[in-house]
Amino acid sequence: MIKCENIKKIYRNGDNETVALKGVSLDIAEGEFVAIMGPSGSGKSTLMHILGVLDSPSEGKYFLDGKDVSKLSDDELAQVRMRKIGFVFQSFNLLPRTSVRRNVSLPLIYEKTPVAEREEKVAKVLESVDLPRERWDHLSNQLSGGQIQRVAIARALVNDPSLILADEPTGNLDTKTGLMVLRTFQDLNRRFGHTIILITHEEEVALCADRIIVIRDGGIVEDRKNKSKITVDNI
Amino acid sequence: MLLRDLVYEVKNSITTNKARSSLTILGIVIGIASVIAMISIGQGAQKSIEENIQAIGANLLMIRPGSSFGPGAHVSGGQGTAKTLTLDDADAIKKEIGSVASVAPESSERYQVTAKGTNTNTSITGVTSEYAGARNVQIENGDFFSEQHIKSRSKVAVVGPETASDLFGEDTEAVGQKIRIKGIDFTVIGTTVAKGGTGFGSSDDVIYIPVTTLQQFLSGSDSLSLINVTVSEQSLMDKADKDITELLLERHSIADSSEADFRIVNQADIVSTASSVTETFTILLAAVAGISLVVGGIGIMNMMLTSVTERTKEIGLRKAIGAKKADISMQFLVEAVSLTFIGGAVGVALGLTISALVEKYAGLATQVTMSSVLLAFGVSALIGIVFGYYPARRAAKFNPIDALRYE
Repeated sequence: MIKCENIKKIYRNGDNETVALKGVSLDIAEGEFVAIMGPSGSGKSTLMHILGVLDSPSEGKYFLDGKDVSKLSDDELAQVRMRKIGFVFQSFNLLPRTSVRRNVSLPLIYEKTPVAEREEKVAKVLESVDLPRERWDHLSNQLSGGQIQRVAIARALVNDPSLILADEPTGNLDTKTGLMVLRTFQDLNRRFGHTIILITHEEEVALCADRIIVIRDGGIVEDRKNKSKITVDNI
Repeated sequence: MLLRDLVYEVKNSITTNKARSSLTILGIVIGIASVIAMISIGQGAQKSIEENIQAIGANLLMIRPGSSFGPGAHVSGGQGTAKTLTLDDADAIKKEIGSVASVAPESSERYQVTAKGTNTNTSITGVTSEYAGARNVQIENGDFFSEQHIKSRSKVAVVGPETASDLFGEDTEAVGQKIRIKGIDFTVIGTTVAKGGTGFGSSDDVIYIPVTTLQQFLSGSDSLSLINVTVSEQSLMDKADKDITELLLERHSIADSSEADFRIVNQADIVSTASSVTETFTILLAAVAGISLVVGGIGIMNMMLTSVTERTKEIGLRKAIGAKKADISMQFLVEAVSLTFIGGAVGVALGLTISALVEKYAGLATQVTMSSVLLAFGVSALIGIVFGYYPARRAAKFNPIDALRYE
């Protein structure tokens, strides 16, 4: 489903060249739950941006669902993000002073989905992330941290993406709500077969995934099956 | 983005910062209101001047005597002081120029007028029966002069409404009363309709008497101060002007037209001169008001730029989840245009109120035309587009990664 061939990303700033990724090749199959680990400055954020089609690689090819997306224009990239990728951010990034429903339907709004269909899809994803129904019409700033992140996950899911990309999704949460969010991801992966890529620098968080990829200095140094997977069930 | 979603987003962002939005809108309100008010005052002035001139009469040529010169010395006595025009000239114009509809000679002088213990100093204008038609004089009560009055040098008078009230008081019927001018009694046979205003030739403070009577009993001179000529058609004005000039040059035995002892004033010229003056005046007023509109527009741009910067992260998020450049720029552009449109609507209402108040309390004529309202609306929408374009484009160009990182 995801196929990266020798992806390089070089930032040029005048005469200075910063190599963020120095040739990454990667295959991720549908339904996998992958954690990408690495210290800050390792290039994992850059890799995430490229995997999330927020940025294009300087060199190399990136096939998403069999389609080469490495040489598309800004608006075409936006189109790909809208159809195929759901983002979960560390800082949640919900629209302030906006209802839960509206926040979740945002990707559908840009997809010009008719209102009735939109309502239906929003209700479905909000149920799947276990957000209590009475919260659906609350404004985003009236929710707790765990609820906010679940709304953000619902938003990532609403357009039925091929890939869910979570960038440090537990970074701003306490341990308990962090575990709750991780359980939601495991649930989505196990029950609905969503492909999930989790970016983190915490070992314990990475251990919740099926496969762990470690990045250092712009290259993959380790790519292994997670034999000691932690299943978050009862908290 | 569907239209209803766009409307929702724009409404949301305008109402989120109510104070800022209202102040920004206020800038546009002031701009639009002053443009509307200023144009209405300018156009009101234009209209009232044109009406005043039209009240003199349509298709009018006015022949005035030239300057008088003392014997041998080149000291001008001023236009209209020469005693070169006579009733015979007027008769000749009437007989010989085909395009002329009527000829109304007049001669006016100021005298002290008394009536039963009151007295006033006013302009006594000697006229013929054709004067009423030529100069648009309408009779309120009684009659204007007949041919017979002119021929027989009758001692009768038609008075203007202001003179009538000066002499006889507001409530007394003027017709039938006696007035005394230079020791001679005249009977008032009519009063004219008030023309209002202070435009030349439309004064209400006037007494008309037959020109023949004036010449014989009051001035003792056969000269005229003015010959009013109405031309049968607008298109014949220039031809009549030329024909009359030739006729009078010949009658006065003057070979060189530059030494003519009379001058013909074309009413159309007066109207167009006055119109162009008031038009310039209107444009000047509108331009001054327009400056405040531009300042209001800059206010819009300032607010939009602030708003774009504040919402950098939000814009990044929107782009990350699939918003295209056009989606983002449209949202901000529509926001700017909405602000100016609200400002435009309130501004038009305020402008109409101001011009109504000016008319009521300052006594200036105002005129609000549909075109000035549409112009104001068009300009406000245009300002929204012009001043909203740059912030909107800036927002659309944000890189989603940088925008998301922005704190």
